[in-house]
Amino acid sequence: MEYFLIIISAIFVNNIVLAQFLGICPFLGVSNRLSTATGMSGAVCFVITLATLVTYLVNKYLLVPFGIEFLQTIAFILVIAALVQMVEIVLKKTSPSLYSALGIFLPLITTNCAVLGVALSVVTKQFTFGGEAHFLNLGESLVYAFATSLGYGLAMVIFAGIREHLAMNEVPRAFKGVPIALVTVGILAMAFMGFSGMVK
Amino acid sequence: MSSKGRLILDGFVRNNPTFVLLLGMCPTLATTTSAINGLSMGLATLFVLVLSNMAISAIASVVPDKVHIPVYIVVIATFVTLLQLLMQAYTPAVYETLGLFIPLIVVNCIVLGRAEAFASRNGIVASAADGLGVGLGFTLALTVLGAVREILGSGSIFGWKFIPGDGMLAFVMAPGAFICLGYLMVLFNKYLKKE
Repeated sequence: MEYFLIIISAIFVNNIVLAQFLGICPFLGVSNRLSTATGMSGAVCFVITLATLVTYLVNKYLLVPFGIEFLQTIAFILVIAALVQMVEIVLKKTSPSLYSALGIFLPLITTNCAVLGVALSVVTKQFTFGGEAHFLNLGESLVYAFATSLGYGLAMVIFAGIREHLAMNEVPRAFKGVPIALVTVGILAMAFMGFSGMVK
Repeated sequence: MSSKGRLILDGFVRNNPTFVLLLGMCPTLATTTSAINGLSMGLATLFVLVLSNMAISAIASVVPDKVHIPVYIVVIATFVTLLQLLMQAYTPAVYETLGLFIPLIVVNCIVLGRAEAFASRNGIVASAADGLGVGLGFTLALTVLGAVREILGSGSIFGWKFIPGDGMLAFVMAPGAFICLGYLMVLFNKYLKKE
């Protein structure tokens, strides 16, 4: 039951883009076309889950025993950068088709704040899903990370769909490009606010 | 006008990181629930920007080209950690409010962007001036956005309440952030941007 609550909460109620404001740059940058949006979401999904697994273990077995939690920011960003590089190399060798699909998005992910944001929040924040506030264990962290990235994909795909339609409409000159996109995201965020209260 | 002054002014209007370059969107939207929060986030970023620009311009000539991005990220992460520890010690309340977005300055594209585009090929003083200009531009944008959201959302500015009642709560929450920034950009495009 708790896993179910985590999933609902991470995808709809606390959507990473529309409620937590993480990963906005790629969200605005690559959502022009539906195909690139799906590619980016796939890459992000993969890296967030993997990065959360590794940083969780690094934190628990390396930083906490030595009492150096203040190095979390430096350690995590290094882990993420190395991981992205490694994923790129492994994919290139083992699955060229997936590599060419995700190719250009992978290097961009290092500086996607959604990855560092999720990795940092699972080890520093206490969550309440139904029960009392507690730090997530490894299983819960992974489910949370995966569901969060699904939420990222969902927001991205919906937004790309809207933008494809928007591109064909006449908008005032000063609104062209990013401003009209931001107003659209605002309305989308308002729609997602309807989910709040589903999970406390 | 002197060249340093020119650099600072450039970051303010012509290369304003928020309205023109569209960098650092996440903290811009997330931390501007009030004018004071926007101002604190802007100043925190300014601190990291100036120091990392200076450090990177000092070491740029000895860093091998192949590993320059990881090196820059570590330098930036060091200053962010420094900032985190300073804020925890001296301004714990502000640190608590801005929360996750202080460590996330590491992945703020403004900081790495200036390191790569400016600090790596200019002197220390010029880099500091550039960091100051861009940082002030960012601070200004965040404070203005925070002020607009605070006025609309809770009828106050910098905590001083001048409209009685509750205000439009939506502007303090997520949708208001996107919509306000969208409209501010429209105004900026219409009146300040020179083609």
